[in-house]
Amino acid sequence: MAEPLLRIEDLRTWLDVPAGAVRAVDGIDLQLERGQTFALLGESGCGKSMTALSVMRLLPAAGRIVSGSVRLDGQDLLGLVEMAMRRVRGGRLAMIFQEPQSCLNPVLSVGDQISESLRSHQGLKGSRARARCLELLDAVGIPDPVRRLGEYPHQLSGGMKQRVMIAIALAGEPDLLIADEPTTALDVTIQAQVLELLRDLQRKTGMAILLITHDLGVVAEMADRVAVMYAGHVVEQATCRQFFQAPKHPYAEKLFASLPSVNKREHHLEIIHGSVPSLVQVFQGCRFQPRCDRAWESCKTREPRWSDAGNGHSVRCHLYGPLAASGPLPTVDRKVKPPPGASRLSQPGTPLMRIRDLKVHFPIRKGVLKRLVGSVRAVDGLSLDIHSGHTLALVGESGCGKTTAGKGLLQLIRPSGGSVRFESDELTALRGQALRRRRRDMQIIFQDPYASMNPRMMIGEIIEEGMLAQGIGGGREQRQSEVDELLNRVGLSPDAKERYPHEFSGGQRQRICIARALAVRPRLVVCDEPTSALDVSVQAQILNLLRELQSRMGLAYLFITHNLSVVEYLAHDVAVMYLGRLVEQGTVEEVLNRPKHPYTQALLSAVPVVEPKSRREVIRLEGDLPSPASPPKGCHFHPRCPEAKPICGEQYPEEVGFSDSHRVRCWLYGS
Amino acid sequence: MPVILWTDALIYLLVSAGIGFVIYVRRHEHLRAPWRQMMRSRLGMSAAVVLSAYVLIGLLDSMHFHPRLERSEGGVGYSAEILSVFDVIMTPMRTKVEKTYSAPFATHLYAKESIELPGGQQIRDYRRLVYGGSHLEDVADRPRDIALTSLRAVAEGIAVSLLLSAALLSLLARRAGVSFRAKLTSVLRGHEPVPWAVILGTASVLVVLGFLVARLGAGYHIFGTDKVGQDVLFQGLKSIRTGLVIGTLTTLVMLPFAIFLGIPAGYFRGWVDDTIQYIYTTLNSIPGVLLIAAAILMLQVYMTTHAERFENVAARADMRLLFLCIILGITSWTGLCRLLRGETLKLREVEYIQAAHAFGVGSFSIILRHILPNVMHIVLITVVLDFSGLVLAEAVLSYVNIGVDPSTVSWGNMINSARLEMAREPIVWWSLAAAFVFMFTLVLSANLFSDAVRDAFDPRIRKD
Repeated sequence: MAEPLLRIEDLRTWLDVPAGAVRAVDGIDLQLERGQTFALLGESGCGKSMTALSVMRLLPAAGRIVSGSVRLDGQDLLGLVEMAMRRVRGGRLAMIFQEPQSCLNPVLSVGDQISESLRSHQGLKGSRARARCLELLDAVGIPDPVRRLGEYPHQLSGGMKQRVMIAIALAGEPDLLIADEPTTALDVTIQAQVLELLRDLQRKTGMAILLITHDLGVVAEMADRVAVMYAGHVVEQATCRQFFQAPKHPYAEKLFASLPSVNKREHHLEIIHGSVPSLVQVFQGCRFQPRCDRAWESCKTREPRWSDAGNGHSVRCHLYGPLAASGPLPTVDRKVKPPPGASRLSQPGTPLMRIRDLKVHFPIRKGVLKRLVGSVRAVDGLSLDIHSGHTLALVGESGCGKTTAGKGLLQLIRPSGGSVRFESDELTALRGQALRRRRRDMQIIFQDPYASMNPRMMIGEIIEEGMLAQGIGGGREQRQSEVDELLNRVGLSPDAKERYPHEFSGGQRQRICIARALAVRPRLVVCDEPTSALDVSVQAQILNLLRELQSRMGLAYLFITHNLSVVEYLAHDVAVMYLGRLVEQGTVEEVLNRPKHPYTQALLSAVPVVEPKSRREVIRLEGDLPSPASPPKGCHFHPRCPEAKPICGEQYPEEVGFSDSHRVRCWLYGS
Repeated sequence: MPVILWTDALIYLLVSAGIGFVIYVRRHEHLRAPWRQMMRSRLGMSAAVVLSAYVLIGLLDSMHFHPRLERSEGGVGYSAEILSVFDVIMTPMRTKVEKTYSAPFATHLYAKESIELPGGQQIRDYRRLVYGGSHLEDVADRPRDIALTSLRAVAEGIAVSLLLSAALLSLLARRAGVSFRAKLTSVLRGHEPVPWAVILGTASVLVVLGFLVARLGAGYHIFGTDKVGQDVLFQGLKSIRTGLVIGTLTTLVMLPFAIFLGIPAGYFRGWVDDTIQYIYTTLNSIPGVLLIAAAILMLQVYMTTHAERFENVAARADMRLLFLCIILGITSWTGLCRLLRGETLKLREVEYIQAAHAFGVGSFSIILRHILPNVMHIVLITVVLDFSGLVLAEAVLSYVNIGVDPSTVSWGNMINSARLEMAREPIVWWSLAAAFVFMFTLVLSANLFSDAVRDAFDPRIRKD
């Protein structure tokens, strides 16, 4: 058998911290063939990025490679001197990172940054380098490369920057491209473009790709082979097809089960109990055992070895090993809990909140006298109804104004126009004390659980704050017992009160934020991407909690998200936003199953799906979201629309109704 | 009869605020963590020991009283003079005043003068000092005497510091519940989180120095004497209080301005921000020295026209010192104010502030509960960093005669008076050198300490 392109054997990378050594990568073996796409899948903190950095030998100062070997085409990379390694890095081995913003030097033009790589790895200079730059920019699908060559990173959009990063990586003509979460920071439609580009380039150049991701959907779209990492270990390796048909390791099974989707609407999502173990310890048995439902005695005492499940599908689990017979195979049925009561509601009469023609414009001022020269129309005429006990999902790409809309209707940002009616009160007209009193009915949960709590306050104080401000909960004793009750309700123990936010994990923090919001007994909660900073298994816990709370307390949710599978699972109604305006709204079935607007269709098609059988044609959207400071004339979507007609460029379309609830703004359906 | 001068009162206030802060920090884990980190820094702790020696001297020098006078006709009266506890401790050094300049460890004056011999004859020669080396029978014995006295002082110093270290270590051992021997080895090998070896080492050096000063100072003028024959070492030690007062009280004046203008500017934005920004930009564009000179000159005029309001020279000098602190504070708050405004601008968009808005929490409580605690680290770092700058500023201002009162002993005044003597031949260098040594030690240790504080509070460098 020929030597594989990349062979990693027993790689161990430790990070030195005061508490000891963190075994971030603890003995992994991988092989990568030429032209193959190999996906390394795992949740945050499992060591997948450390693996990539070890291969590149770009470890942080505290990191060191303890043992193992990394061979690129037979050449031992770990033994190379730094000078030689520098030629390999960026030459035969290239890497692209998650944040394209922070990887490009803001004071050098795009052309300079690509030429730098060309000069050091190909020895190209002057006009030949320039010609090659143009070729590369063309290859990564950047329109008008001659102009872009002289531009600076801030003039490019996120997707463009990632393309430039790829162009720089390609400049060295690498054999292996390591892509560390290359699309995580991008929107779905842009993600689809970048993934397509990577596939395309691989076909043309025959390079191999080591794809590091936490997204099962991306793996399903891209990979030939998959390795699942957990706590510094690879626990399962298989071809993509085998893996998605039948994952073997209980951890992988759980990951699939915890993905929200429309089929699971009636049930609770599967969750993985507990959290990822600390990697400072030396493990005795299986690393997943404390969180595994199917563990038995042997799992605690003996570390599982690789066992073959046929056709190169190997698993590191006692269930498939020689010990499987010895252990009492657990018969715990996955109990499907009864659906939480209020998931189907008949349409109630009057809405809790009625938003009409909401506008949030930010003025652009220039010059010494701060003259008004224009405005960013972040939200430009939004009309929605939110009903008690219902979840309305507001969907759209980043920059479309959905977060601003959420804050605008809560009056955290004062709207520039329109009306927001909460029951009988017109919120936009409320001021001072009256508005502050009204705030108890409406709460918000933020995206980043790390930034949404004051690091210098204890959990008890944090939860109490709203009660104090709103004067509810009676005396001190009573408030304390209420805080205990709230913590219990979100699944935390009351002694969390005396601790500080930094002592909790991301999922736990998000629970605390939910408890804090519930403390003032709100009736409407705006959830601003509450799970997008969390891992899949933790996301499932939060989604379950939100649903349970809704059915028990009759809360209304405005769920702001870009994740359509969460929408499928949780929402009753969906509104799709594009550049500050709604393009389509309706019930979940109507919008997701029978989308009418070309944008909704494209958005849906761009979401990577896990089930291999339901592969669909991706509708590619050209270009990026235009700036809300100068939206295109006519229908905002027409420059990117695959079905644009002449009239689309002239007039904004009127609303067309398909049913009582389903409404679309598109010329395809108008008269 | 105790006397409390204005600056004394403010120093006591500052000390009690410091103690209160320590108690508050000890109760809050998140506040303790960076300080614990700070305690691990060897350089920082060594600097802290030196600083605390300075602070001790400064505090002793801040307890003033009118000394009691035994009247000849019986009964007790009080002298009009104001002394401090430190003055009393240093009485031998304070009262041994020579006629004029004498070099360090000298036995004779620095300049020749006419001496009348018992025979009525007059010669020009160096006159023997009244106190310096007066115990020597023969002047040639001086080197031997100095060496022997120093040896004895060093031996005593080492003995005392060993005893103190042993006492401290046994206390530590008892607390940790281990044997004295085990604690000793772990301290010596640096296994302790807190670098006790460094702390005790620095303290021992200070104790030995203390003994040297006490033993040698009894017989000689270690740093010589100045124009009017006062001991220069004593002046250098007295200047410590002035330096500390300027370094600390100024921040006390500056902080309210910086905090109560900087945070609202960042938080409310709009016209509030514009107004506050105009104020500090305007203030910043006027040269600080000009403002200080104007203010001090005004004060001088006031003091001469209202001489009756000041009981004595000390009260007058103290008022001028306080006024200098205030005017320095007023001219130096803009930097911190700007930093706080920027940080608040950033913080007000953070989600926990938005969450507080969503709860309907009022602006005042948001500033107090959410913003202020989260900018305190900036305040702390700036204050510690500014301290050494202010000590130096005092020296510069006294040099151009707009600093402290000429009767107040300060490093600036010492340098100013030494300036004229730099030109004479042979040169009088010791006043300048003494001021330099004391100031250098204080500013260096303050800088090292502030470096350690900054590192401990920087989340990017924090190790755990």
